[in-house]
Amino acid sequence: MISLTDFLVVSAVLFCIGLYMIVSKHNAIQILIGIELMLNAAILNLAAFGKYDKLNNGGQMFALFAIVLAAATTAVALAIILNVYKKYKTIDPGKIDSLKD
Amino acid sequence: MSLVQVLFYIMGFIAVASAIFVAATKSLVRSIFMFFITLFALAGLYVLALADFVAITQVVIYVGGILVLILFAFMLSGKETLNYISQQRKQFMNISKLPALLLAGLFLVVLLNMIFKVDAGNLAWIKRSIENKNVITPNAAMTENIGVNLMTSYLLPFEAISILLLVALVGAAHLSRKEPQS
Repeated sequence: MISLTDFLVVSAVLFCIGLYMIVSKHNAIQILIGIELMLNAAILNLAAFGKYDKLNNGGQMFALFAIVLAAATTAVALAIILNVYKKYKTIDPGKIDSLKD
Repeated sequence: MSLVQVLFYIMGFIAVASAIFVAATKSLVRSIFMFFITLFALAGLYVLALADFVAITQVVIYVGGILVLILFAFMLSGKETLNYISQQRKQFMNISKLPALLLAGLFLVVLLNMIFKVDAGNLAWIKRSIENKNVITPNAAMTENIGVNLMTSYLLPFEAISILLLVALVGAAHLSRKEPQS
């Protein structure tokens, strides 16, 4: 069978790729994709450890909750990105440097 | 090496390679479409972790919902975004990317070090769960158990998350409405 360490290594690599995207990208949508990658790495860990909890399904249950939370986050974040784009005509987080007034 | 292990390595390789492509490519549309591949490979990994319901939810919500939402937001945000994105810097290795690369690489080293030190297969609670036969076997149908648990022991988080989802969707609709002309 597949050992837990294999899952952990894959998810660690995915997490670091997401971290790299968040730090280095100049585009809010790509930063959002990086956040999704990090969330997916965490969900992979939850699903992998959830295998050892047959009665309560703790891991799988919270993986489902995390997926739903990611959906809610993305909807709000995209609405904010659209608004920011309307106001500043750019979605580079480094160039958005003033408050409303 | 069993077939499951071979499948796991293939899926893991596809997930990691497509994620690296998503992070490295210049074209935003290409990176979004490549992110599809990453999510499908991750759904395959969930199936191999014997979490089939989570895998189905991943395909339905992530691939069917979130990515289509991202694509829509991207396509609706106008031609200027497309132009802005296509005129990004050309050189392959930018010196400004170095700190990010360093941060991610060092973090990966720390994580891998910790993973190999902790030796997850021999943790106390996992050994206990194997002794008590509390492990999901490949022929077990877990969806029914998930449904029963969702309505009994996880009822409060379930309701809380449904309220939160409602609030988030109303908030998103409110944020993206047209401003009234004044």
